[in-house]
Amino acid sequence: MYEKKTKILNSLGIHARPASLLVKLASQFESKVELEKNNIEVNAKSIMGILMLASEKGQEIIVRAEGNDEEKAVNAIVDLIEKRKFDEE
Amino acid sequence: MKNKVFRGIPVSPSIAIGKAFIYSPKDITFKKEKKIKSIDEEICKFEKARRKSLKQLRKLKSELKKLPAREPVRLIDVQILFLQDPLFLNSVEKRIRNNKESAMDSIKNFLESLERDFQDIPNSYISERFFDVKDVGDRILKNLGEEKIELDLKGHDNIIVANRLSPTETAQISIDEVGGIVTERGGKTSHIAIIAEALNIPAVVGVNDLLNCVESGDEIIVDGISGIVVIHPDENTKRNFEQKEKEAEKIKQEFLKHKDLPATTIDGYSIDISANIELPIELSNINKYGAKGVGLLRTEFLYLTSEAIPDEKVQYDFYSEIAKICSPDYVIIRTLDLGGDKIFKIKEELNPFLGWRGVRFSLSNEEIFRTQVRAILRASSFGNIRLLIPMVSQVDEMIKIRNIVEEIMEELRREGQSFDKNIEIGAMVEVPSVCLLADQFAKVVDFFSIGTNDLTQYVLAVDRGNQKISGLYDHLDPSVIKLTKMAVEQAHHNNKWVGVCGGISADIVAIPLLVGLEVDELSLPPSFIPQIKNIIRGLSLKESKELLIQAEKKKSATEVREFLNIELLEKFPSLKNIILEVEK
Repeated sequence: MYEKKTKILNSLGIHARPASLLVKLASQFESKVELEKNNIEVNAKSIMGILMLASEKGQEIIVRAEGNDEEKAVNAIVDLIEKRKFDEE
Repeated sequence: MKNKVFRGIPVSPSIAIGKAFIYSPKDITFKKEKKIKSIDEEICKFEKARRKSLKQLRKLKSELKKLPAREPVRLIDVQILFLQDPLFLNSVEKRIRNNKESAMDSIKNFLESLERDFQDIPNSYISERFFDVKDVGDRILKNLGEEKIELDLKGHDNIIVANRLSPTETAQISIDEVGGIVTERGGKTSHIAIIAEALNIPAVVGVNDLLNCVESGDEIIVDGISGIVVIHPDENTKRNFEQKEKEAEKIKQEFLKHKDLPATTIDGYSIDISANIELPIELSNINKYGAKGVGLLRTEFLYLTSEAIPDEKVQYDFYSEIAKICSPDYVIIRTLDLGGDKIFKIKEELNPFLGWRGVRFSLSNEEIFRTQVRAILRASSFGNIRLLIPMVSQVDEMIKIRNIVEEIMEELRREGQSFDKNIEIGAMVEVPSVCLLADQFAKVVDFFSIGTNDLTQYVLAVDRGNQKISGLYDHLDPSVIKLTKMAVEQAHHNNKWVGVCGGISADIVAIPLLVGLEVDELSLPPSFIPQIKNIIRGLSLKESKELLIQAEKKKSATEVREFLNIELLEKFPSLKNIILEVEK
C-alpha cells in the first residue's frame, strides 16, 4: 500500500469537471485507488464517490493505492490535484 | 375546435405549418413493476439498458462536439462516467440479488438514496450535479421500459411545443432540422429565441397556457413574424398563412439582395446598422445579413452556460475572435447584465428588475467585473472594441466605472500588455433617470445605447411577462418616445453619439421615428437587418421628422401605431403582409 497527503488548491474544489478528470486518471491504473477525507473513504474510480466527498479548496485529503502500480497511481493523482490544479488555473 | 388562436412573442421572421410535437423530457411517470421472475433476468435487463444508454450518450457527445460551446460536452461526459461508476453498478446489483427488487425499482431506490446524500452537500456546484445523475437515471429507466427515448424530432413537418427548452435540451433535439418551435416560457433574449433567430427557424415564445390545449399530432401554425400560433387551423386560415409565408419569403429575398447597401435616406442621412449577438453560432450572420459590426454583444451566456465564473482567458479568446471578424467595424461589448441570484445561485429577489443586477452587481463584486474588463481591454488590441455598461441609474456609477477601467489600464501597462487606450465607454439608457439627467450623464460617457425593452418596462411600470397587463407594454408609447428624444438631444448637445439596441430597432413601424430622432446607430437581431435597411432607404429625414412631431402628439401607443401603419403602407405597399399582423 502507498499513500500521500495532499491539499485541494483550485478555487472551486472538486466539482464535476475535476471529478471526471480524476476518475478517468484513476481508472488508467490497475491498483485499487481510494481518497480519504475526514475519515471517509471513497473509491477514486467512482465519480459519485468523489463528488460525495465534496472536497473544497484548502481541505486535506489522502490519496491511497494498493496494487502493482500503486506508487505511480498516487503520484499521478497528487500531481493532478497539486501541480495541475485540474488544469483550471 | 377549429382555429384556436394564441399570441406570443415572435422571435424569427418566418412562418411554419406542421404537426405539433409535445416535448416534455421531465416528469415522466413509470409503471409500477410487478414481481420479478428471475434475478439473472433482471440483472441482464439492467445491463442491456445501461449499454443502450451508454451508446446513446456517446452518440450525443459526438454530435455536441460539433457545437462551439464546451459545457454541454462536459455534462455528457459526467453522465457517461455515472453509467460506468462501480458504486452505481454494485449497489444496483446488490439490490436485485439481495432484496429481489426489479431492475427498475433498484435503480429508482438507488437514485432516491443518492438524492438524499447529495442534498447534504453544502457546495452548490457539486450538489446541483444530482440533476445530471437524475437525467442519466431517467434515461436508463426509459430504456428499461423500452420506451423510445431518442425522439426523432427531425423533419420540417415537426413543430416542437414545449414549456421551455434549456440550452442542453436545445442541443439534444437537432434543432436546425425541425420545422418550428413554440414555447410557453421565454422572452426575446432567451436561449431558444436567440438560437431560433440565428438558424432562421420559425419560432414564437412566451405563449401562455398553450400545452393545455394542444396534443402531439395536432395541426399547428407558427408565425414567427407576428407571434401568432393557431391550433387546428381550417382550410381557409391555412391558405392565408401559406400565402403570407410565400410573400414574406419573396420580400425577404428581395431585401437580402441589397443587404450591403448603406442605410441612407433619400435626402442623404445615414445610420449605422449593426447586429445584436450573444452566441458563437451567430457570428456567421454578421456578414450574411449585411451588419456593420456588432452593436450589442451580450455576455451573459458565458456565465450561464458554465459551472464556474469564466476566467480571463476564456473571455479574452471569445472577445478577440469577434473583434477580428468585425474589424475595422466596431464591437460593442456589454458587461455582465445578470441578477446576483443567477451568479451565486442564491435565492431570487422579490423584484429582480428593480434589484441587484448589471452595474450594481459589478460594482459590489469588483473581482468578477475586473476579470471581464481585463479580458475586454486585452482583446481591444485586435480591433475596434467599445465598452457598454448596463443598468446604470446614477451618474456616480459611471464615474466609478471609469476609475476602475483606468486602474486596469495602468495594470496592463505595467505588465506590457497591449490594448486600445482610447476605448469608448458608454452607458445603457434603460432606467428613466438617465433620460431625465441625460445632460449630466452625457458628460461622463462616450456614447449612449438606448435599451428600449427595459426602458419601456420601467417607464410604464409593466412587467411584460405578466399576462394580465402585457397589453400595456409597447415601446411606441408616447412617453417612451419622449424619454428617448431627451436622451438623444442631450447626447448630441454634448457631441456624443447615440445607438438604439432594444426591440424597437427591429420594429418596422418605429423606424421613421428613430430616423426622425436622428439616432446614429441601430443594433438589431441580424436577420431583421436587410428589411430595416430597406425601409430606411425609402424614407427621407425631412418627412421622418414631421412624422415624429405628429406621433409625439398622440395619446397612446395604439394611436401612434395606427398612424404610422397608415403612413408606411402608403409608402411601401408591399409591406402589407408584414406590418398588418405585427402587434408590437
